[in-house]
Amino acid sequence: MDFAALSRRRLIVTGLPALILGLSLRPAHAAPPPRTLTAMREFAGGVAPMNGRVLLDIPPLVENGNSVPLTVSVESPMTETDHVAEIALFSERNPLPDIARFRLGPRCGQAWVMTRIRLGDTQTIHALARMSDGSVRAASAELLVTLPACIEG
Amino acid sequence: MSRALIHVPPRARAGEIIEIRTLVQHPMETGFRPLPEGGFVPRLILRRFECIYDGAVVFAAELHPAVAANPYIAFRLRATRSGGILFRWIDDQGAVREERAGIEVI
Repeated sequence: MDFAALSRRRLIVTGLPALILGLSLRPAHAAPPPRTLTAMREFAGGVAPMNGRVLLDIPPLVENGNSVPLTVSVESPMTETDHVAEIALFSERNPLPDIARFRLGPRCGQAWVMTRIRLGDTQTIHALARMSDGSVRAASAELLVTLPACIEG
Repeated sequence: MSRALIHVPPRARAGEIIEIRTLVQHPMETGFRPLPEGGFVPRLILRRFECIYDGAVVFAAELHPAVAANPYIAFRLRATRSGGILFRWIDDQGAVREERAGIEVI
């Protein structure tokens, strides 16, 4: 057997678990920092957010953090009795945890918003949606920012 | 006066869901940008956005410094009645900027 191929195979075999372990230990997978958690808890108003129904669409790799397109939509019939009341976006590593909040109602027809945001660092973005019954749904997205929004002027 | 671009479909069927796109010229000065002589460029951002249609605020937004300069906000509305749609932006100092568009509902 070719020695080079063998050692490469060995590297793959031993390297793969290390890679998986490394990915799972990435800081982005950790709980959000306290100020982001506080802002999200304040928005949720004591309700535990559930995953699902919220779709957060943001590019996973951002070249310019000064203007990042973001779309958030929520599955909802948007009727008088069952609609999305508010959507909030939170940052883990910008100078402030709040990004924007959107107030919606049945007259929107669809819970769908698109905007452009600033990102000061590689981080995780959270979208929380408060429904008309008071329940809260959540989604998050990790992204890598190569050129952060310039705070140096 | 800053420029604002509004896209509203000129006509829609009653009950149809339409997409509204808004872009307004504004630096959205975050207050985190240091000055060469020390201190920071004072914060001045558009803090609130409202869309008023058929007698009510149908969509509103609270903006923070993390919203990019020249804020772009797109959203959807159910077309209910022909008439004007009013768009309003309010900055940190309370200055109000308004823009209008019309829609014909058939």
